[in-house]
Amino acid sequence: MKEVVEILAKALVDNPDQVIVDQNATERTVHLQLTVAPEDMGKVIGKQGKIANAIRTIVKAAAVKDGRRIIVDIDQ
Amino acid sequence: MKVAEKTGKTLEEAIEACLVELGVKRDQVSVEILEEPGKGFLGLFGKRLAKVKVSYEDDPGVLACAFLKELITAMDVEAVMEVLQREDHFLVNITGTDLGILIGRRGDTLESIQFLTNLAVAKKLSDRTRIIIDVEGYRKRREETLVKLAKRLAEKVKKTGHRIVLEPMSPQERRIIHTALQNEWRISTFSEGEGPHRRVVISLKRSNKDVS
Repeated sequence: MKEVVEILAKALVDNPDQVIVDQNATERTVHLQLTVAPEDMGKVIGKQGKIANAIRTIVKAAAVKDGRRIIVDIDQ
Repeated sequence: MKVAEKTGKTLEEAIEACLVELGVKRDQVSVEILEEPGKGFLGLFGKRLAKVKVSYEDDPGVLACAFLKELITAMDVEAVMEVLQREDHFLVNITGTDLGILIGRRGDTLESIQFLTNLAVAKKLSDRTRIIIDVEGYRKRREETLVKLAKRLAEKVKKTGHRIVLEPMSPQERRIIHTALQNEWRISTFSEGEGPHRRVVISLKRSNKDVS
């Protein structure tokens, strides 16, 4: 799942080398923290969070088999 | 269009260096020779290096497939992709087994994948090309379902006279409903709501006096 967020973020930003995804997993939830360059924030969030939500939808689909809850947060 | 210029001892070497820089294969590029390599006098003096210019046109279909392949593999799904170039868009067909994960509830996931693929490809290209992604003929099946639904609801509206509000849909799906009912002369359709909450309303046309 971490990889999915990484692939998506890197394809969207201007500074792919500054994309970092941290994973924090517990029994029930997986917390993914996406960090991008400040000027790339808009590229991963989008109008009304449209891009961020698309990323979440895809990650959730990827995690269906896993069964745990997925949270994707975005940080500068 | 992307271009690289390199020199090398042989033509092949120079071309290879360009391919490495551009990250593409030989059959995707066109090569222009700027300088032939020369042996010089007795192979000793005035050796000339080969110089070439390699350029290639990014292909939206190829870019889309590369992105999708990487994404789908990371999602742990095995699938095959086929690209069709249409008049005003590229269609990527994904086939395989157990692809429901790529479609999601009412096509949610498929919409998201298509949306992000378009963004990712547009980022690498100068001109915008629309990319439509389909999984196992899902879009066609969904269209048939929506047309049937629209006709059935239109009949209900005619019978009861009450308007019916559908669930929120994407622009493409709303268009399918509008188109399906445009020849129903007693029925009018329009959309209301904003952004992701926009939904189609099916209602009776107002009395003939109003219409004319």
